Amino acid sequence: MTRFLPAEDYLPSGRYELLPFRFERLDDERVLLSNMAGEALTVSSADLTTLVNGDLDRSGALFSRLRANHFLRQPEDRAALELLALKLRTRYARLRDFTSLHLFVVTLRCDHACRYCQVSRQSADRASFDMSRETADRAIDLLFRSPNQALKVEFQGGEPLLNFDLIRYVVLSITERNRQHKRDIQFVITTTLSLISDDTLAFCREHRIFLSASLDGPEDLHNANRPRPGADSHARFVAGLEKARDVLGPEAVSALMTTTAASLQRGPGIVDEYLRLGFHGIFLRHLSPYGFALKTQSYQGYDTARWLEFYEETLTYIIDLNRSGVRFTEQHAAIILRKMFSCHDPGYVDLMNPSGAGIAAIVFNYDGGVFASDESRMLMEMGDDTFRLGSVHEHGYDEIFSAPALLSALEDSFTLSAPMCADCACEPWCGADPVYHHARHGDPLGRKAESGFCQRMKGMTRIFVKAMEDPFVAALFRRWALSC
Amino acid sequence: MLTLNGKALAWGGSAERTLWKLTSNPALPVVLREKMAFLQRGNGPLPQGFGAYILPPEQQGIPPCAHWLHLPPDFAYLAEGDIISVNAGRIRTLWRQNSPHNAVLLTERCDNNCVMCSQPPKNIEDHWLVAEAMDLVRMIPPSAPVLGFTGGEPALLGQRLIDLLALTRARLPTTAVHLLSNGRGFADPAFSDAYAAIQHPDLMVGIPLYAADPAQHDYIVQARGAFDQTVRGILALKERGQRVEVRVVLHRQTIEGLPALAQFIARNLQFIDQVALMGLEVTGFARANLDQVWIDPADYRPTLENAVALLRDYQVPVRIYNHPLCLLGEMAAQYSVKSISDWKNEYVAECAACTRRQDCGGFFSSGARYRYSPSLRPFL
Repeated sequence: MTRFLPAEDYLPSGRYELLPFRFERLDDERVLLSNMAGEALTVSSADLTTLVNGDLDRSGALFSRLRANHFLRQPEDRAALELLALKLRTRYARLRDFTSLHLFVVTLRCDHACRYCQVSRQSADRASFDMSRETADRAIDLLFRSPNQALKVEFQGGEPLLNFDLIRYVVLSITERNRQHKRDIQFVITTTLSLISDDTLAFCREHRIFLSASLDGPEDLHNANRPRPGADSHARFVAGLEKARDVLGPEAVSALMTTTAASLQRGPGIVDEYLRLGFHGIFLRHLSPYGFALKTQSYQGYDTARWLEFYEETLTYIIDLNRSGVRFTEQHAAIILRKMFSCHDPGYVDLMNPSGAGIAAIVFNYDGGVFASDESRMLMEMGDDTFRLGSVHEHGYDEIFSAPALLSALEDSFTLSAPMCADCACEPWCGADPVYHHARHGDPLGRKAESGFCQRMKGMTRIFVKAMEDPFVAALFRRWALSC
Repeated sequence: MLTLNGKALAWGGSAERTLWKLTSNPALPVVLREKMAFLQRGNGPLPQGFGAYILPPEQQGIPPCAHWLHLPPDFAYLAEGDIISVNAGRIRTLWRQNSPHNAVLLTERCDNNCVMCSQPPKNIEDHWLVAEAMDLVRMIPPSAPVLGFTGGEPALLGQRLIDLLALTRARLPTTAVHLLSNGRGFADPAFSDAYAAIQHPDLMVGIPLYAADPAQHDYIVQARGAFDQTVRGILALKERGQRVEVRVVLHRQTIEGLPALAQFIARNLQFIDQVALMGLEVTGFARANLDQVWIDPADYRPTLENAVALLRDYQVPVRIYNHPLCLLGEMAAQYSVKSISDWKNEYVAECAACTRRQDCGGFFSSGARYRYSPSLRPFL
């Protein structure tokens, strides 16, 4: 048919323009490209050179992929810019909601003496380490000043159940005041489950309170990591878990694991323990350089490279579980993958840009001190009060949320302007961590070349990109990403 | 396949184009008869006073009115409440009261010229079509559940399309309206504004997008720059809170790029209301270009399966239309909808024993006639 023109006639001509993208060499041959919206492509080194020189063949598959994925455009492509802008706005949409997560440290007292714990105290002295009602009232005032329609109230410790009276008081008080505010409020208690009682569970059920618990792995490993009188932490966890599920339902209890040097050889065993106890996923978490973890040298128990080895081995085991038909998610991966597969930010406070400190989460310490993050108050326990933004007893909302310590930390660590972040291919999937970098390098920006945070994020990204060469894993990761 | 356009075997009366609503009720009150056409079944006596008479060929005697015609046998499906247009003996069925597939042609002009177009565009002056559609909308009962508007490219009508939709909203306030458009016109903010300002409570526009690669889309629709305008049109509509369905016709020129297109939709247009993946209708240009566009659905089964899985994972609502069920993968089959307009749905001999014809997306009658997959396997 002569009236139809062939496909070649619709190929563009004239110079193409590069859209903002960044790259990271995966190995000698391959380069990972990412655009502003976090979309990624792997190309050969030679192709990258051809691309940036403006010499790409217009009829080739690579030109078509790069144009469709907004790495380049023809000058007449207006939709590409509109879409890129839209995706970028979506990526940052959460900022407009401001603080959601409000942590109440209701006591520092704890029945455990974990080796890596940052803050807890073995003390019977209620007066010194418990939050008072007066302090809680002031914190609740601040909570309702947040413009966010969806508020998450998390009770932390110590072991928060040691001060359950205050939890009860805070929940009832917030619920009462919320009759007027009409926010969407979710309560969470972070607990080892060792002290869970029928009364506690009944109250949790009534107020739809979730439990976030800790499980480090099989009994011997868990108990070694989490000493308590009677050396029965694991047994109490299991008993508490079953009891909680009886009352609250199968999904009301989640668990977090912390990797210690003793965990490194036991990735699959740890996963099996989660599986055995009926969990559908695990969050593989590294140690943070705070509190007793530093004091007891457990942070030095392994370096980031060793943790990444552990992570990759354990992740591979989890992938193989899925291959065999068992649905099981690695939640740390899911959070990062969500940013790779979509421009919707999962709202994970530790991986946000600008940093989630203060503006996504805020911590009310037992004594009324207000901190930019949970790590910030741990730093305080080590004698560094940099990220103490004020006190609920002395400062108002405006003073706390415009504290110079907070604003300069947010600004100084902003990844789109931070050296080595601004041109890093992983930037769209990463975040700023001013508290970590302050703790390790003495300033909120840090030195990325030496940063364990940076090394870990880049390492994880590489692991994901490599794993996704297998189409099964690519589809699995997509499901994790989009259901987290 | 139903015949929607044809010629009366014999006719009498005015040669002016007139729309008639049909009734076979001889007891209709006299005051209502003047505006109705009496549809005569069999060879009985004719009641008096109707505006026109639609008669079987064997009808004897002289109709009691100047306007009449003898209906050819392929229009025997016409029934109570249907609306036809009569113009010097030419009959066009515009509305079938008992069909959920009424689509009203608004223009035959189009600024795309798709290689597989089932309704090849004509560059003719046809403004009378939209005028007729206005008359039709005034005659359709407000209880009608659904009404489609199609082209050509309706957006080329500009303000006349806006007027028609506004009239439809006023006259048929509870009727769901589906508009087919290539979306390019909506890239003009003034036009999108006017469209959104109608504030129709149940209006969806179906817009075809054939590739993530602008060059490939432009080739398929044979119009340079069409991809850019179509995507900006979709964005403009969604920005204004309008409902948009993205339509992808599955054929040789779209299948290779389908994974990339599904990915493009998921990452860039996740907020659209629905993706419709549609089997090819072997008529019009698709028949002329059959070698370029035909692909056996059995050969793209895994590709389609993956695209559906991707859209599902991104929670983009997806439907598969006009597609034989036995040629879909297990997962894609869950998204199959029986949707071919009743007047062009047919099955072939292979399907005779199939137990799932009730659930099947089926064939366009054109497919049954000109080309269909040799891989059909009836469910037994």
